[in-house]
Amino acid sequence: MIEVIMGNHALSYGAMLSRVQVIAAYPITPQTQVVELLSEFCADGRLAAKFIKVESEHSAMAACIAASATGARAFTATSAQGLALMHEELHWAVGARTPVVLGNINRAMAPPWTIWTEQNDSLSQRDTGVMQIYCQDNQEVLDSVILAYKVGEQVLLPTMIVLDAFFLSHTSEPVDVPEQELVDKFLPPYNPEWKLDPENPHAFGGLTGPDWYFELRYQIEQAMVKAKDLIEKEGREYERIFGRYYGLVEPYKTEDADVILVSSGTPAATARVAVDKLRAEGKKVGNLRIRVFRPFPFEKVIEHLRNAKKVAVLDRNISFGHSGIFYQEVKSALYNQDFHPPIFGYIAGLGGRDITPELIEEIFLETMEHDKPESETIFKGVKV
Amino acid sequence: MPEEKKIIWRGVKDMPPMAVSLGSMRVNLTGNWRNVRPVINYEKCTRCMICWKYCPEPSILIKMPEEIGLKPEGKYAGKEIPVIDLNYCKGCGVCAVECPVECIELVKEEK
Repeated sequence: MIEVIMGNHALSYGAMLSRVQVIAAYPITPQTQVVELLSEFCADGRLAAKFIKVESEHSAMAACIAASATGARAFTATSAQGLALMHEELHWAVGARTPVVLGNINRAMAPPWTIWTEQNDSLSQRDTGVMQIYCQDNQEVLDSVILAYKVGEQVLLPTMIVLDAFFLSHTSEPVDVPEQELVDKFLPPYNPEWKLDPENPHAFGGLTGPDWYFELRYQIEQAMVKAKDLIEKEGREYERIFGRYYGLVEPYKTEDADVILVSSGTPAATARVAVDKLRAEGKKVGNLRIRVFRPFPFEKVIEHLRNAKKVAVLDRNISFGHSGIFYQEVKSALYNQDFHPPIFGYIAGLGGRDITPELIEEIFLETMEHDKPESETIFKGVKV
Repeated sequence: MPEEKKIIWRGVKDMPPMAVSLGSMRVNLTGNWRNVRPVINYEKCTRCMICWKYCPEPSILIKMPEEIGLKPEGKYAGKEIPVIDLNYCKGCGVCAVECPVECIELVKEEK
């Protein structure tokens, strides 16, 4: 059934359809509506879940980890400072191998206090081992929650579903809310081999020395590699049932493109408008949207950028003292290859400043005009 | 209940994906962490059982003296005694410190 819902509510619907059993969350703008609607679902009986009100995001994730350790399906959502406070528990969720799904509404970090979108909050969690999926529309947000449980529960890793503050979180779009019956068919109940169970008691997370810790880390990396295949495989299965496909990346007119922009989140949708306009003017440009940031889709990035003469990367984030984070990742993915297009790293839209089709056009044109980038970071739109 | 046999794995292929206790402590004998061993002098021991109360493990068991081959005569005949469970005692020495009659001696574990 088509419903007109905001991105935040798309997360709530995704969680409800996934029949989550435990929700623990703390409110923070722009995430609050996600759990507001979930608490309504719990109150009016549409969702049989335990809703735990906690005193912080750290506790929210701790509660979700504990719930997941018993074999329950757990969900939480947060933003910015909340995600930063959750940081320690993200490491814990990964090491404990609990496939919690977490919605993160990209919000720029304070100070100064701000609530608008930027990717530095989620990208600061890059090395925790939490899978990260960047969405471009509300339909994808809903579908990604269901897919995240499907993949995460097979590889025992938590997943972060990332959406842009306001551009998705508070923007209403028509979303096809799938039938519960079909979702149940796609996503069976979670039943892990290892779980907290009084009938069969085990202790989890005990002191592990240098003799076995290393192997546990190796297993996490193996799970990440396996997840890459599973994301594509389950994406195809999802498409078969629901008619919508989501993979690791989404190419747009890249096959014959001379200049390819690599983007993520809602600017990827904007980029397609710019691509169409420049194509109409005879300029061979394309867009490659990175949907899954962790595990990083090396193979797909290499495959789609192989024939590009130049690559531009659009980052709504910055690693201070280095460069845009997607830019670093794309550059490193190509380093060991036998082709080396110049790669331009553009920083734009920090703190929620609009990334317009005109700005992306400008990025394409600037990339075409230069043989190679003059700097590791090219800021677009700074008032000087 | 957990299996009461030693569970051994060789590497990533046969180990669980997270740190999880698999077997029972009944087969995981932690007494080998010990480098000093408490020895009770039953001639001096008053059977007050303060050592039993303080043992943090707990690895002091209450037994009949006959169970360990002792046959005390006089006022302690037929009375229960504290016995160190060397399968689990880690030699922390709390018993020796707390014993009011100082009848527990810590002896170096050496061959």
